[in-house]
Amino acid sequence: MAAGSTYTTIATNTLASNTVSYTFSSIPSTYTDLVLVVSNLTTTVAGQSIYMEFNGDNSAVYSETWINGDGTSATSVRRTADTKGFLGGYGAGTSTTNPAMAIGHIMNYANTTTNKTALARYSLGNVETNTLVNLWRSNAAINAIRVYTGGTMAIGSTFTLYGIAAA
Amino acid sequence: MVSSVLNSAAAAVVANSYESIATSTVGSGGVSSVTFSSIPQTFTHLQLRAMYGTTNQNSYLQIGTSGGANTGARGHMLNGNGTTAASFNYTAGATGLYLDYYAPSGVTPFYVSIIDFLDYTNTNINKTVRALSGGDWNGSGEVDMSSFLFATTNAITSITISGTATKQYSSFALYGIKG
Repeated sequence: MAAGSTYTTIATNTLASNTVSYTFSSIPSTYTDLVLVVSNLTTTVAGQSIYMEFNGDNSAVYSETWINGDGTSATSVRRTADTKGFLGGYGAGTSTTNPAMAIGHIMNYANTTTNKTALARYSLGNVETNTLVNLWRSNAAINAIRVYTGGTMAIGSTFTLYGIAAA
Repeated sequence: MVSSVLNSAAAAVVANSYESIATSTVGSGGVSSVTFSSIPQTFTHLQLRAMYGTTNQNSYLQIGTSGGANTGARGHMLNGNGTTAASFNYTAGATGLYLDYYAPSGVTPFYVSIIDFLDYTNTNINKTVRALSGGDWNGSGEVDMSSFLFATTNAITSITISGTATKQYSSFALYGIKG
């Protein structure tokens, strides 16, 4: 028997001006998973990766495993002891004109027993697609997510955070 | 619309269209399998969201359904291990969807998967499932995109996760998506 509707919008924002980063703060701990959707993302300088940082932690406790396709070859790479997680953009990264999109699934984000693992998919349609898994080596519940790039995110970029609650 | 929902595209999620059906959390000692039975036939698609650790080295989890795998069953996986991107397919003895290829055991960080069962009640078509999975352990790990054809038109009424023992704190949550 179904237990009830979920997949709820927690917060959403479309940039009204060029912005260095956007932060979801005071994230409620009442869900099981978070889904972070970044859409219509362009940057003032092309070639940026999209990062996510949990709870303001910029210590070297992030790592990722990637699989990437650019239309010519498929590659897999690993990064260790990173100071941020990634939503995508490993190769050519963002564009100043063509919008990129990224979706992050942050699993069991509120539990305080395990490290946190997040899946992400990134697409810049004319350039590359990435799928990756992130590890944040912390047992803390995630209550804030900062999204940023290596440059400035352009007006019109949209950030939406959803919560999914298990029965 | 359906594709957008399953890819978690923001704007396409319709209010009240995504519902929690059941959750299983593994307690101390672990379990050898997890089954969701008596799945309601009132949704269009199912999504299983999982976080799990295994107790056997180089093990894998496998998704089976009530209809079973029949002649012509086949699975594919696109795998990245941090060094090489590779593609696999499997037929012989295939009984269900592999979520991971080479997940290590005995590590604290858990593996995660999101598995989609499309048109699971439709008795006119064979059933295909797909998964996005991954686990990273700061120096090892893998990310996988996989799919499996069960080659049966039977509606899916139960789902079993098996193949190895899962550790304490593993959790499996099943959701239904309305059309």
